[in-house]
Amino acid sequence: MKCDVILAGVGGQGILSIAATIGLAAVERGLFLKQSEVHGMSQRGGDVQSHLRISDSEIHSDLIPHGGADLIISVEPMEALRYLPWLAPEGWVITNSVPYINIPDYPDIAELKAALEDNGNTVVLDADSIARELGSPRSGNMVILGAASSFIPMPFEILEHAVQQLFSRKGEEVVDLNIQALRAGREAAGRE
Amino acid sequence: MQKLLLLGDEAIAQAALDAGMSGMYAYPGTPSTEIMEYIQASPRAAAEGVRREWSSNEKTAMEAALGMSYAGKRAMVAMKHVGLNVAADAFINSAVTGVNGGLVVVAADDPSMHSSQNEQDSRFYGRFAMVPVLEPRNQQEAYDMIFDAFNLSEKYKLPVLIRITTRLAHSRAAVERRDARTQNSSSLPSDPRQFVLLPAIARKQYRALTGLYEKLRTDPVLSGYNRFAKSDNKKTGIITCGIAYNYLLENLEQHHDDFPVLSLAAYPVNSDAIAELVESCDRVLVLEEGYPLIEEQLRGLLDRDVKVAGRLDATVPRDGELNPAIVAAAMGMKKDSGKEVPAVVRQRPPSFCKGCGHADVFSALAEVMKGYGPRRVFSDIGCYTLGALPPFNMVNSCVDMGASVTMAVGAADAGLFPAVAFIGDSTFTHSGMTGLLDAVIKDSPITVIISDNSTTGMTGGQQSQATGRIESICLGLGVNPDHLRMIIPLRKNHEENMAVISEELNHHGLSVIIAMRECIQTASRNKKAAAAKKSQTV
Ligand code: SF4
Repeated sequence: MKCDVILAGVGGQGILSIAATIGLAAVERGLFLKQSEVHGMSQRGGDVQSHLRISDSEIHSDLIPHGGADLIISVEPMEALRYLPWLAPEGWVITNSVPYINIPDYPDIAELKAALEDNGNTVVLDADSIARELGSPRSGNMVILGAASSFIPMPFEILEHAVQQLFSRKGEEVVDLNIQALRAGREAAGRE
Repeated sequence: MQKLLLLGDEAIAQAALDAGMSGMYAYPGTPSTEIMEYIQASPRAAAEGVRREWSSNEKTAMEAALGMSYAGKRAMVAMKHVGLNVAADAFINSAVTGVNGGLVVVAADDPSMHSSQNEQDSRFYGRFAMVPVLEPRNQQEAYDMIFDAFNLSEKYKLPVLIRITTRLAHSRAAVERRDARTQNSSSLPSDPRQFVLLPAIARKQYRALTGLYEKLRTDPVLSGYNRFAKSDNKKTGIITCGIAYNYLLENLEQHHDDFPVLSLAAYPVNSDAIAELVESCDRVLVLEEGYPLIEEQLRGLLDRDVKVAGRLDATVPRDGELNPAIVAAAMGMKKDSGKEVPAVVRQRPPSFCKGCGHADVFSALAEVMKGYGPRRVFSDIGCYTLGALPPFNMVNSCVDMGASVTMAVGAADAGLFPAVAFIGDSTFTHSGMTGLLDAVIKDSPITVIISDNSTTGMTGGQQSQATGRIESICLGLGVNPDHLRMIIPLRKNHEENMAVISEELNHHGLSVIIAMRECIQTASRNKKAAAAKKSQTV
């Protein structure tokens, strides 16, 4: 078993909470894991990505080879497309539909939508609205992770448990909201 | 033993604590910052009294670490690659003085310049200084090498350089810990003149160093890290350095023994190991994450005895970091990439956070500067370098820490008036103060804007040595109080701030404007931390 994931977003959107959740789950399963992150300059509102690799055998490279990723999980629609060269032919893209516009030449939304549709194997969902409806507007990342969960070769309960571990310091309420977000994302993706 | 999920940086930090380090010295710089941050956050480091305060710059860090070593304790100093330029004076000479307590120097290189001004390869510094260099291939090795680095340092009485690159520094993997050992007790060097580099002493010690360096080639610990895997293939042999090995394995997958591979991770290299590979193959491919250090040595000046492929003959790109695809191409393997990036995807460069004080300083400065012709703003290294990008397009130089002040001085000497230096608070205390003294002494007609956000913003908000001290530092250096001005960079003060900048630009002598407002990221982090602390105590 191996699962190579590119996590994508804009600096400040907090993609690392997704990485940390999958990482905790992988550790609990006794899997090998490598996860590279972006620190420094691009964290100031630039494009950021994280390469997350889990496997039941030793992992060599910290970077996922081009054409090798099983999944792109993105919290921003344009950023999802930036990493297509890394995606395997049978790989999937799971992305938030809500654009993060901090550049003057952000593309036309209809064009962006069309490019995502063109890609095939793509799940697009409005994670922000789903999170807001749950009363937890900051849990969009967990909604996205939930939407991607059926593509990650691990039992869903393991991910739930990881969310619990990750947020336990912040109290029961935060844990519950994030688990609800995770479940809502999984359901929403199932409807797609 | 306990397994932890650690960044390469954190593995180094944890190892240093476990190996009985007594003091850690550093100035923040990507990709090295997390080493010190981990040690600062460690409850064990606190309990055991490990010294772990930020230093003003890499040179002061290196010297303090050397001082701790002098007193017999183990010390570590960490910096980004260009930080080693700043620390070079102390670093090179520390090989000549030698050490007492173990001294480990970590240089984190940034090939492809994700967050840097160049991609220099610190292994050259190791050779230049004639000290052992260890270049871990993965997080576990990073952890293990720190123990060996301290041991080697105490065995040979030399500083040991650890060279890592961005991808290892900022990638997480499981690391197995070893039993922790205790710190050294204090002891003074046995030779009272060991650290006195008067010419007569330095000559003697330098000669000994040159001999010692040759001896290092056969050190069993160093050679043990350089592994040779034989193969029946006599066509192409491969030499990898550091993490290049991982990219090779990624491509070879199940076919590890298709090529003879010499995987290097410690220097200086024993030439027997190289000879064995070179003599058994028609051609040698060298894969180095960094400059072609080994490749150049293999080719030699005449470059005709050995058939070498690598960065110098464009088998591997001459610049930039490696990745699995580049290594595959260098091996002549065909690997399918995914789809191309669709045309709708736009560049998304980094930018100021919404509400950043630097941006308010730039908007006032931009408006004032309209009256004076373009390209006269010398800047420096920090978030404010983003003032070079739209909408401001204001920054005309970013070279090295502190260069804004002194480049403005030189340009003013050449007749450029007005000339502006734009520098952050932490960069100012790192290397701007000495340049300001030059400007004071000749009353250089420049305007120095110190944009004081009371933190080291770019690297994630570390404490700035400058906080609360800038005004008194400027006065102490002799800046004329009449031309030392304070502004608060807020939108509502825009007109007022423009007036101050304009007045000082017109002054034909040195002016310093301190623009003070805390970085909003650091402010919000501090607020959260304070709230968390409060809820804990309740
Ligand atoms: S991190 Fe701080 S200093 Fe840097 S751009 Fe953001 S607000 Fe400005």
